[in-house]
Amino acid sequence: MLAYTSRRIVYVIPIVLSVALVCFLLVHITPGDPLVAVLPADASQELAAQLRSAYGFDRPLPVQFGLWLWRAIHGDLGNSIATGRPVLSEVMRAVGNTVMLAVAAAMIGFTLGLLFGLIAGYFRDTWVDKVATSIAIAGVSLPHYWLGMVLVIIFSVQLNWLPAVGAGPGGSGAWAWDWEHLRYLVLPAITTSVIPMGIVTRTVRALTGDILSQDFVEALRAKGLRETEVFRHVIKNAAPTALAVMGLQLGYMLGGSILIETVFSWPGSGLLLNSAIFQRDLPLLQGTILVLALFFVLLNLLVDIAQAAIDPRIKRS
Amino acid sequence: MSAMSDTALQAAPASKARGYWATVGRRIRRDKVSMACAIILLLIFASALLAPWLHLADPYQGSMIRRLRHIGTPGYPLGTDELGRDMLARLIYGGRLSLVIGILPVIFAFVIGTSLGLVAGYVGGKLNTAIMRTVDVFYAFPSVLLAIAISGALGAGITNSIVSLTIVFVPQITRVAESVTTGVRNMDFVEAARASGAGPFTIMRVHMLGNVLGPIFVYATGLISVSMILAAGLSFLGLGTKPPEPEWGLMLNTLRTAIYVNPWVAALPGAMIFAVSICFNLLSDGMRSAMDIRN
Repeated sequence: MLAYTSRRIVYVIPIVLSVALVCFLLVHITPGDPLVAVLPADASQELAAQLRSAYGFDRPLPVQFGLWLWRAIHGDLGNSIATGRPVLSEVMRAVGNTVMLAVAAAMIGFTLGLLFGLIAGYFRDTWVDKVATSIAIAGVSLPHYWLGMVLVIIFSVQLNWLPAVGAGPGGSGAWAWDWEHLRYLVLPAITTSVIPMGIVTRTVRALTGDILSQDFVEALRAKGLRETEVFRHVIKNAAPTALAVMGLQLGYMLGGSILIETVFSWPGSGLLLNSAIFQRDLPLLQGTILVLALFFVLLNLLVDIAQAAIDPRIKRS
Repeated sequence: MSAMSDTALQAAPASKARGYWATVGRRIRRDKVSMACAIILLLIFASALLAPWLHLADPYQGSMIRRLRHIGTPGYPLGTDELGRDMLARLIYGGRLSLVIGILPVIFAFVIGTSLGLVAGYVGGKLNTAIMRTVDVFYAFPSVLLAIAISGALGAGITNSIVSLTIVFVPQITRVAESVTTGVRNMDFVEAARASGAGPFTIMRVHMLGNVLGPIFVYATGLISVSMILAAGLSFLGLGTKPPEPEWGLMLNTLRTAIYVNPWVAALPGAMIFAVSICFNLLSDGMRSAMDIRN
């Protein structure tokens, strides 16, 4: 296990470096001078040249990348142009809210997805299966930002049960674990949970169906095992793949939260990314994407290791 | 793969006149859900294409006195938007741009990804490693984040959003194409073609392309659903087209302010995205089971 884990970690290093390279290059595919956002409109040539060398934009690209990477490793992602604060602290503060949203959505989406998937796979081709697969396909086909709007229309505008936007009463930044704050989480979490719910349902349904059609299940039944015992074997066999899919989905929720956070004005990394894009705050844009992508890579690594821990067959391949 | 060819061989004498694709076509025509989706999509495509000849109201012509009319108002079957423009006309005209920016990236990615995957899978070795490791890098980003990162860096615009979505889908299609190609490469008929002196280009084009295209095509059809949602999502964020252009994602965004006045009109553009997306998903599922002769 230790050997497998260390091998996986070594494999991740080139991926992390390439991710950093992509994030670095993002700023350089932007049309126009990257200094435009910091330079005052009436700046002189000398000031522009001065700033260019201060930011290191006058050096060759590989040197710039090396310097940027060196600083990034030491936790320095530069300062936000809009606020002047360090990018890393801005991002980390926002990521907390995104993690909270993603975890809440995962609890809803994974529970329902596992439930629907197991039932649909077990009672394949019955009406229960048809209902569950219809819900699943609707879940993966829904434009989630639209679902968010529809939920706001129903529960905020028409019924006035839940708040439409924000993450706390009075727009305050402080979070507390009480209903006054939690009710702000309900609609965004449900909206976020729909896609993972659909995907987990489809995966688990297919897995359950495949496992049930294998010979060993026949053998278990022939041995006289009760259906509940057979079901336990199904779950054990489906667990590694289901776990991998859920890990990936959690990563997608963390990294792909921008649309939902925009709809609900949820103060997470997605909303930060949105403001970075529209204020042309390139260091913030670059930093947010780097941090989110690294979270995603790390999560995938953890899933790989966890998968190998519960399924010894994976280590050998 | 081998199970498929076995059954195909066994089935050959019984249906001599019918080829594989004819069988697939017949199976999909019998599938009610797939046919219903195909018809809905056809209607949406046809109305978008023929919009100028449908005697609709002007989708750009607004009026301050008839803003946000409800659905079913005489003369405005689907109401009017926040600037008093006819919603029915805007939804139908909106289909033109929305469908183009949703489907083009998948078509581009299909061509590029299939080529890359075919070459990687057939040539193998160092070239395979180079292509597939590059693909892995893009898998280190959640697709929504990658699309928004590229689109955000390039700036708003239709071309940029098509480019960014193409970059998102190329790695996914390349992976599928590579794995299908690797499966076909070692089959006897490829060996036979090689033995009879066919060059690598001929083998890839004549002998392999036809065998790998089916599964890749089904996968790409499923991607259209994601692409529609993402493309409209980029416009929704303001990274796609600009007002007053009718486009479903952008319409959804500008109508957000209207949810307190006329909520259901505001939700209409999203329903269109949902309809197209779910139809492509169901159609892709239908094709997948129609091609899976084992069932």
